[in-house]
Amino acid sequence: MAAEATMTQENRASGLWNGGRSPFNVSWGKMMMWFFLVSDAFTFSTLIIAYGAMRHRFAEVWPKANDVFTHFPFVEGHIPLAYVGLMTFILIMSSVTMVLAVDAGHRRDNNGVALWLFLTIIGGFMFLGSQAWEWYHFIHGTEAGAYQTADGTIYRDAINAYELHAEKPPAGSLITTDYQLITDKAKVEEIKSKAEHFHGANLTRNEYGHPLFADFFFFITGFHGFHVFSGVMINIIIWLNVLAGVYKRRGHYEHIEKTGLYWHFVDLVWVFVFTFFYLV
Amino acid sequence: MADQHSKHHGYYTGDIHNQFVEEHYDPKNRSVIWRTFWILLFITIFEVAIAFAPISKFILMVTFIVLTLVKAYFIVAFFMHLKHEKISFAYTIILPFVLIVYLIGMALAEGSFLNLWDRLF
Repeated sequence: MAAEATMTQENRASGLWNGGRSPFNVSWGKMMMWFFLVSDAFTFSTLIIAYGAMRHRFAEVWPKANDVFTHFPFVEGHIPLAYVGLMTFILIMSSVTMVLAVDAGHRRDNNGVALWLFLTIIGGFMFLGSQAWEWYHFIHGTEAGAYQTADGTIYRDAINAYELHAEKPPAGSLITTDYQLITDKAKVEEIKSKAEHFHGANLTRNEYGHPLFADFFFFITGFHGFHVFSGVMINIIIWLNVLAGVYKRRGHYEHIEKTGLYWHFVDLVWVFVFTFFYLV
Repeated sequence: MADQHSKHHGYYTGDIHNQFVEEHYDPKNRSVIWRTFWILLFITIFEVAIAFAPISKFILMVTFIVLTLVKAYFIVAFFMHLKHEKISFAYTIILPFVLIVYLIGMALAEGSFLNLWDRLF
């Protein structure tokens, strides 16, 4: 050990890049976690960019998030953004507890690490539950549903087009996914008699507009949710190790830092999903 | 030599590489964490609050994207601690994303072009 310390000293004196130590002062494991996250960030970037490209391609019939995600638990009515705002808060909060676990690790406080890591796991499960709730409502759709004619055009009940609330469309009128209002009673009846009535969204059909919106939503939030799930599983394994005193015996808590990096990355991706699916 | 080493706190990783890693624990760390949390929370609440404000859609979109990048900076710099890593390492992580900026430009231009094409022909 003493010999190694002396070696390190000599190398430090002879320059950063001369070998014998990490020129970045990052351990091998932590550096590889960063490189994995860079590659993962590229994967998420390409998915979100593909979403952006298709959104520009089908700009006129792209669903408006404020028409789609309008539910809040135990509250009636049209409440856009609040639920996803809450989900964002949960994930940021679990990021805070994770970074506090890392901080406790720097202080070699085994009980502190165990506590904060436990709270992070709870936050992760809460987020996953919220995600499931969001998917449930998207898949089941609105009560009024939509009508799809043979040529593929989708007509929604105008009452669900909140963008038009100021204009107060008459009851029973329909609206196309590019927001053209049909108020004529005879025309509405004709469409309803010919068209197929359906609710919600799946991979081939979407009540709210272009089916690609649903495809990207399921794929990107699903891929993100899978990352959260993996993160929770990794956190549980690390937490059990902490309880067993593995890192206490090892003398450092670098493993917490590595899983922490992964967990913050998952939070970071959600910040972008929140913006591009819900806000803009 | 021994004296000089004692100034550098750290640990040996204990894996097959058994590298020595320097550690600089800052007691102010926890207040930085909570400050970052309040900033992130405030930005998120602000975003939700202005989403229905009677402002032009374009200005709203630019505001949201800028605020997203601000949030990303705080998460990467303080939660992921990249601000306190060596600058060469930070560049190694950040610079590849220039390619992503390039891809955004190309893919969105392509999407807009196809939209125009559909409407013209």
